[in-house]
Formats: sequence, C-alpha cells, structure tokens
Amino acid sequence: MSKRIALVGMPNTGKSTLFNRLTGAGARVGNWPGLTVELLSAKLLLGDSMVELVDLPGLHNLHGFSEDERVARHFIETQPVNGLLVVLNATQLERQLALVLQLKALGLPMLLVLNMADEAASRGIRIQVETLSASLGLPISLVSAKHGQGVPELRQALTAWLRQYPTPITAQARVLAEDDNIEHTLDTLLAQTVHVPPVLSPSHTDRLDHFLLHPWLGLPLFLLIMLGVFQVVYGLGTPLQDGLGWLLDALKTRWLAPAISGLPAWAISFLLEGLYDGIGTVMTFLPIIVVFFLAMAVVEDSGYLARAAFLMDALMSRMGLDGRAFVLQLMGFGCNVPAMMGARVIRSRAQRILTMMTIPFSLCSARLQVFLFFTTAVFSPRAAPWVLFSLYVISFAVTFLTAWIWRGRARKGADPLLMELPPYRLPTVSVLARQSLRESGHFLRQAGGFIILGVALVWFLTHFPLGAAPASPATLAGRLAGWMEPIFSPLGIDQLLSIALLFGFVAKEVVIGALAVIYGAGGDQLSGILAQRLDWIQAYSFMLFTLVYTPCLSALATLRREAGGSRYMWASLVWSLGIAWLLSFAFYQTARALTQ
Amino acid sequence: MTKFCSLNTVPAGRCYIIMRIDADADLSARMRALGLQPGRRIQVMRRSPFHGPIQVRSGQTDIIIRRADAAAIHVRPCDPNIEHSPANEPECN
Ligand SMILES: Nc1nc2c(ncn2[C@@H]2O[C@H](COP(=O)(O)OP(=O)(O)OP(=O)(O)O)[C@@H](O)[C@H]2O)c(=O)[nH]1
Ligand SMILES: [Mg+2]
Repeated sequence: MSKRIALVGMPNTGKSTLFNRLTGAGARVGNWPGLTVELLSAKLLLGDSMVELVDLPGLHNLHGFSEDERVARHFIETQPVNGLLVVLNATQLERQLALVLQLKALGLPMLLVLNMADEAASRGIRIQVETLSASLGLPISLVSAKHGQGVPELRQALTAWLRQYPTPITAQARVLAEDDNIEHTLDTLLAQTVHVPPVLSPSHTDRLDHFLLHPWLGLPLFLLIMLGVFQVVYGLGTPLQDGLGWLLDALKTRWLAPAISGLPAWAISFLLEGLYDGIGTVMTFLPIIVVFFLAMAVVEDSGYLARAAFLMDALMSRMGLDGRAFVLQLMGFGCNVPAMMGARVIRSRAQRILTMMTIPFSLCSARLQVFLFFTTAVFSPRAAPWVLFSLYVISFAVTFLTAWIWRGRARKGADPLLMELPPYRLPTVSVLARQSLRESGHFLRQAGGFIILGVALVWFLTHFPLGAAPASPATLAGRLAGWMEPIFSPLGIDQLLSIALLFGFVAKEVVIGALAVIYGAGGDQLSGILAQRLDWIQAYSFMLFTLVYTPCLSALATLRREAGGSRYMWASLVWSLGIAWLLSFAFYQTARALTQ
Repeated sequence: MTKFCSLNTVPAGRCYIIMRIDADADLSARMRALGLQPGRRIQVMRRSPFHGPIQVRSGQTDIIIRRADAAAIHVRPCDPNIEHSPANEPECN
C-alpha cells in the first residue's frame, strides 16, 4: 500500500525547505509567507518503504479562507495520509502551537518538527523538547531544515513513526476544540517548556530595518536596491552573453557550415538561418537569465519583499490593491505566471482579480531579453541602461493606471493586509544552485520545445513560396504583414517587425529568435541590421508595444484558470492590446513631431 | 466599560497589553494566529509613511497591519502607573 505524509504548518515556517531537504526535490523556497500556493509531492525512501511526501501551502488556522489555505485544508480534510508532519518555527512557539492543538482534533497521527533551531539558539531561546513532547503526547524533532542539523535524526524518527501507523487514514469530521480552551492549555505548557530571554538586544534585523524601513529613507533605498540588483545582473550577464554569442558564431562558421555544405540551398538556409540562428540568438540569453534568477532568489530569500509590501501599501491602497500586489509585481519580473498564482494569498475576490489583471504588465524576463537586445543594438552603451530603466518605470505606470481604472469593486471589499514581517535571512549556496538549475532547465526546455517550433514556422512563412526573396512581400509572411500594415505603420513598426510581434503573442521568448530568422542573421549581425534599419524612435516604439501588448499564452491560461472564467482573460487581452497601441501611437507621433 | 486606546493611536516603542479585539470572527482568528489576542503584550515598532500600515511586535513575531484594522485592537499600557494617571488620556484617542 502506498504511504503518504503531508507537510503542514503556518506560512513561512520552512515546509518547502524541509521538503527539499528530505526528498532532494526543487520546490521554490523564499522568505515570503505564502510562497507555496499549490500541492507538490515527491518520493522519499524511509527504511524500506517508499513514501510520498506532500508539501502544502501554509495555513494560519483551520478556519482559513484564502485560496492557498483552501488548497491545504481541502487536502488535509479529504486525502488519506499516514500522518501529518507539522512544521513549526521554533522561535515562535507562543503563537504556532495553537495550530497543533487545532490539528489534533482531526485525529490524524502527527509528528512535530520544530524548525529553525539555528535561529532559536542564536536568540537564546531554549525549549524542553522532552517535556513538551510528553505533555502534547506527540513525537518532536528539533531541526534546522536550512542547514541540515537534526535532519538525519528526523529521518529515523519518521521511519519509526511510519511503522507505528502503516495504513493511511482520512481525517475525522472536524470537532473543533473551543479556542479559549486551547489558549489556556497553551499558556501553562509554554511557561513550562519554552524559555525566552526577557530582554532581547536589537537584532541584525532591527538594525537593518532602522534604515530600510525608515519613514523617508525607505523608499529611496528601495529604488537604490533595485537599481543595484539590475546593475549586477547587467554587469555580470552581458559579458557572459557576449562570450556565448562569440562561441556559437565560431561553431557555426568553423564547423556547422562546412559540415552541411553538401545539402540543397533551401535546407542549408533552413538549418543555418532558421534553426541555428534563431535558437542560437535566444540561447545567448541563458547566462543573463541564470544571473537574473539568482539575483531574484537572493531578494526573495532575504525577507526584503515583505518590507517592500510595508513601504508601498499606502500607495497601492489608493488603487484598490495592497502591498502584496506590489510584491507580486516584483515577483513577476521573473515570470508572470507564478506571480499570478501567488495572488491566491489575497482573500477578497475582487482585489485578487484586480491584482491578477495588473501582473501581466510586469516586465518579465522574457521581455527583458527583447529589450536587452534592442537597447544594446540601437542605443549607445551609456544610454542603454537608462532606456531599460525607463521601461520598468513604464511597466509600473501601466500597472497603476490599470488598477486605477478597474479598481471599482476591489476598493470596497478590501482584504485586511495582515502578514508576518519575517527576519532577514541569507540564502544558502545550495538554494541558489537549485534555483539556477531549475531556471536554466526551464529555459533550455523552452528553447528545445516551442521556440524551435516557432522559429521553424517563421522560417517557413518567410521563405514560402521558395522562389521568392526571403521575407519579401511575395512570401506568406510578407502578405500577412501587408494586411497588418495599417495597424502598425502609425506606430513606426515596420512589416518585418510586426511578424515577430505576431509570434511574441505565444511567448515573448520567440521574438528575438523570430527576428533572427526574418532578417536571416543571428547575434551581432542581427544587432547591426537593427541598428541600421531603425532609428531610436522606432526602436522605442517597438519596445513599448512589446512591453504592453499582450500577456503570453500561458499567462492568459493562468488568468483564466485562477479567475475561474474566460471573461477576465478576454478583458485583459483587449485592454492590453488597446493600451499598447495608444501608448506606442502617442509616443511615436509625438516624438516624430518633436524631432522633425 | 473601561476606555482603552486603539492600537492605531499609540506611540511607537512602548509596551501595551491587548484588552479587546472588535473584529469579525475570520479576522480575529487570523490576528490570533499571528499573535494578536487579548492578554498579549505588544509594541508598535514603526509606522510606514503616507498613512500606511504599522509594524507591531508580539513576542518573537513582527506583524504588518493597516491602521484601519489596528483600530479594532484595544490596548492599555503595560505599566499600571501610566494606566491610572488621567493625564495620559489624550494620547489614547
Ligand atoms: N534560519 C533558518 N531559516 C530557515 C530554515 N528553514 C527555512 N528557513 C528559511 O525560511 C524561509 C521560508 O522557507 P520556506 O521553506 O519557503 O517556508 P514555507 O513553510 O514553505 O513557506 P510557505 O510556502 O510560504 O508556506 C526561507 O527564507 C528559508 O530559507 C532554518 O532551519 N533556519
Ligand atoms: Mg512553501
């Protein structure tokens, strides 16, 4: 019979960290309450039996009503398990033990994990584990999931515990103990078993917060930190990108081109100018993507995101959103899809949907690739970072505008912002390694999957019928672009570029690959061609349009699923296309008029 | 009933005891889960600018809460001397 254990606990107690530690899986970890919003399971060998370990979203209590809590509660109440592995933050037992007593009413076997033993020790908190275990009648392990102390012992305890409860059972209908009763039991228990030093000296976190949350230094420091992060990504990423570009080019001319010189001309064109240039140009972004996601992981694990929510809440509340929406916007810099799912922590439906409608305007890493390519090609090295920065500013401006216009109902049924402000933490090397592995794997799978497909399709469109000059008006692509011309020419976007935009609708990662195929040149050559054909106004207009014009297909699918209906998906699509066109039009026509 | 101060009005840096919470069941359950419940000693750490949320410390947990929601939490100073002196009344509303 298959065995199953579920990880349960309050948000941000280290469930996912422990999950990764025990199973070697790659669940996303971060110092932000509510990072996990979905079930995730992996296999684990305990003694001689294979066990399925399930990582659940955090739960504040068993009355929880947000979407992520509902996922966890539904699982606990309906799925048979051998037992619950309840993860508590050892430094906060005074509030977290209440959840254990509530869970007890479910009648499932439980094993308590007091996590963050390292932080408890450094704060001088002492816990009488044996006494606590005896009074609760539950086995307890004190561990540090992040650093690994106590984990081998936990494995042994788990193995023994499983032998005791070999068959999965379903939770009993909840007979919730009176909460007041729980409180009373708890206070006595805590007094007996947990020793907290009476006066705590200001911690590192307090000292840092003194500056980072300062009433008027806080926001400027936030901007500086963001600029610093992008400087690092840009500074580390671009040289690596250039190196990889050079390598791919050398491979092409020295090895690939001679190797296939015997093939017919159209096949050479398809392989070299289609697949190789298309995919290769996209591939050069791999180093930047890895560095970028590493930086994101450091920010996510630092605990600064919760501070950003604190600082920005006042502004966001004027638009029917709250500080969490701002943080999700920042998470969207990586990819919009998980950021949209992260909105599950918001309880008010109207506010949650409004948040999800704004996230597609967050400048995700796929769009970043397009902008990096264009800014380096068309703008001077000194201007390029500022151009990029201006696009981030515009992304926020469009977000705010969208929220402001659609805020309607969200303003009334506001969900009280009530969340933990966790201490600052540093990510471990293994967390960072896992993060970069996951992201590069994701990127490579995409490049190997639909980007190949997209690039092949673009090649076909721009080369069929075979006799015509590539991408000329006689080809399929040329005809398509001809139809779209009335829409795009007022924006200064020429026919060839509009073809690339069409493919960017599927995923923005394809845009650069598509351009490489359309112009029949990859990497540096493509940059050269773009610089020649576009002035800065056209390039910027194109970037504005790309930034706003449509969420990619998977973002749209996520919006439909999470909002429970296609209404919001269509609204988002129409709204973003409209706003993108107006924005580019206004920019292009004004800039042309001014520079005439 | 004794008049207590609302949490959104008290100054930062002093110790207060929660006396009563006037919130609906769902919100007070969430507050309790984060360590805000009658009998707990808490301290306002700071307020965010432009009338944004406040940061409250209860035990080992720091919490962000909007001022409007903090108004539902009624507290009295931990130090009984301050409690009985009427001179301190104005700071409570
Ligand atoms: N110091 C310390 N930090 C830890 C430990 N375990 C986890 N953390 C950190 O705590 C934070 C939260 O960890 P997660 O594993 O994402 O927590 P979670 O319980 O899955 O959180 P949700 O998914 O939001 O419910 C991360 O920053 C971890 O690095 C530990 O043993 N010691
Ligand atoms: Mg998690």
